[in-house]
Amino acid sequence: MELKDKLVSSFLAFENTVDVDAPVHDIRSNAIKIFEEKGFPSKKEEAWKYTSLNSVLKHDYSIFPKEENALEFKDVKKYFIYDLDTYKIVFIDGKYSSHLSETTHDKIDVCLMSSALDHVKYKPVIEAYFNKIAPKDGLTSLNTAFSKEGAYIHISKNIQADKPIQIIHFSTGKESAQMLQPRNLIVVGENSHVQIIERHQSLTDNPVLTNSVTEIYADKSAFVDCYKIQNDNQNASLIDNTFIEQHAKSVASVHTFAFGGNITRNNLNFYQKGEGIDSILNGVTIIEGKQHVDHNTLVHHTEPNCESHQDYKGIFDEKATGVFNGKIIVNKEAQKTNAFQSNNNILLSDKATINSKPQLEIFADDVKCSHGCTIGQLDENALFYMKSRGIGEKEARALLMYAFANNVLESVKIPQLKTRINKLIANKLGVNIGFDL
Amino acid sequence: MLEIKDLHASVEGKEILKGLNLNVKAGEVHAIMGPNGAGKSTLANVVAGKEEYEVTDGNILLEGEDIEELATEERAHKGVFLSFQYPVEIPGVTVTNFMKTAINETRKAKGLEEMPAKDMLKKIREKSELLEIDRKFLSRSLNQGFSGGEKKRNEIFQMAMMEPKLAILDETDSGLDIDALRIVANGVNKLKNDDNAIVVITHYQRLLDYIVPDFVHVLYDGKIVKSGTKELALELEEKGYDWIKEEINA
Repeated sequence: MELKDKLVSSFLAFENTVDVDAPVHDIRSNAIKIFEEKGFPSKKEEAWKYTSLNSVLKHDYSIFPKEENALEFKDVKKYFIYDLDTYKIVFIDGKYSSHLSETTHDKIDVCLMSSALDHVKYKPVIEAYFNKIAPKDGLTSLNTAFSKEGAYIHISKNIQADKPIQIIHFSTGKESAQMLQPRNLIVVGENSHVQIIERHQSLTDNPVLTNSVTEIYADKSAFVDCYKIQNDNQNASLIDNTFIEQHAKSVASVHTFAFGGNITRNNLNFYQKGEGIDSILNGVTIIEGKQHVDHNTLVHHTEPNCESHQDYKGIFDEKATGVFNGKIIVNKEAQKTNAFQSNNNILLSDKATINSKPQLEIFADDVKCSHGCTIGQLDENALFYMKSRGIGEKEARALLMYAFANNVLESVKIPQLKTRINKLIANKLGVNIGFDL
Repeated sequence: MLEIKDLHASVEGKEILKGLNLNVKAGEVHAIMGPNGAGKSTLANVVAGKEEYEVTDGNILLEGEDIEELATEERAHKGVFLSFQYPVEIPGVTVTNFMKTAINETRKAKGLEEMPAKDMLKKIREKSELLEIDRKFLSRSLNQGFSGGEKKRNEIFQMAMMEPKLAILDETDSGLDIDALRIVANGVNKLKNDDNAIVVITHYQRLLDYIVPDFVHVLYDGKIVKSGTKELALELEEKGYDWIKEEINA
């Protein structure tokens, strides 16, 4: 059976596992109809021209987690930013792990989507925000139909979250192939702050397909700083759909570090609804083999005096392929918009590919918008310079790659995380540079 | 220290060095002068091992050992240092970290432990004082936004840190004002000793007022066509290169 058919026909079975009287029942039922109609995206769609899901849709995925699987912290410690005090919301094969998590209801709610969807206490927030920002495309609707588990974070007015929040999804590989559909809702009240680190990690080479949806709502003057670590195993594919609605004077940033996985597609969308908003989208992609990473971004400017900054760096070796499709829409009311976008790439091999496409739709006349894209190789003169100082080929190349990605790495505001990301890169490049950059 | 015998080298199939001979002994300073396009920078790059230059004939010996098959970094490990005419900017890598990496990579190649952090800091402090380099400068990204003078001073600082046996200074005087020239030359003079050798490549005599050479060579059309003492440099300054060209072509 095709995956689409299997999913649609499984929906009834899924409904048996959830409370059909819950307020989201209608939302789920509508969503499965939309998915049934639209299905998975194909390369015929402009936004999916360079990314085909065919190879990952052919597996016979298990759709529901069958049993609770446990993991010991010591075995998965390395996937946490363990030297940093954080809240943790951890899932194993799609099920919540209370053992590995550290949640709270003290001043802020950092807990589970399943309880937020089922408990009356959270009803006002769910009614106000759940599935409100996410568009009704096939993939998002599929996630909505099966939305049951994920992270729920709610911070009311004037609160600075006392520590960052880590959201980690593990796949144990106990199923021969597994599909996961995490659903996260993050609501940050007026003048409140939060930092979030998100990671998807499979622990074996069994195929995993994650279709994740995250809705983030940043109220006036809120500050939301998100980090996505995408360094998964070679048979794990991820479709990360993140939708951020920002209100006046809020600042939201998403930093995406894509170093691994099979096919990774980031649909990252910012909707600005107010004045004086800043949206920041940063990315570093370093991949090789047959890996594929696609950054599909949208920033929609609707009101005056807002900014957006996009800076994506990519390094592609062997037969790796990259896609950057950055869309900026500036409505006619959004005068004095400053929108910047840059996508710089290095191809280390003749067989590596990058497709880079800016899409600017500007309807206002008094705006500053710029976009730039470069594709090049490592600078031979710079390599010679470093080698002439006794630095070996591999280390010299690594230093140049660091230098290339440096401004994005510098934008990481959590020092322990920055150190970890530097180490991930060093491991990936097989070097020990001997200092933290 | 450095012995070059009948060196022929090409870049992109075009022969630039056409049978060059040079013999530099430990403790000596040699100046190589010559008109634009004579092959001065090619000589520097070939000795340092830049890949795009192909040695088609001849030998380069460092302390009697043939080095032309060695990779650039291996030559550096053996004590070859090139001060670049155009130092490269490396954002995100500080001067200090770059030097730590360079020194420890060189030590690793020699089978030595990494230099203890304390010793490294002490060395950095000493050598930066020698070049009158401000501390803040050391935590800036390598060459990024440096003025011409700062870049060249930083090159000689790196030379001081690496303590090479053979230092080749490629147009180190270009882009320097007189104060920076004095600091750079002063640094080089202090680094000179009986066990190392320095080859100064320059277009102008000016630098040689400060770094006084034992020998001056004129490079023209890929060969050393005339050698002499420091007086030759003065003569070149006064008369230009045309009389040499005429001598050769006569």
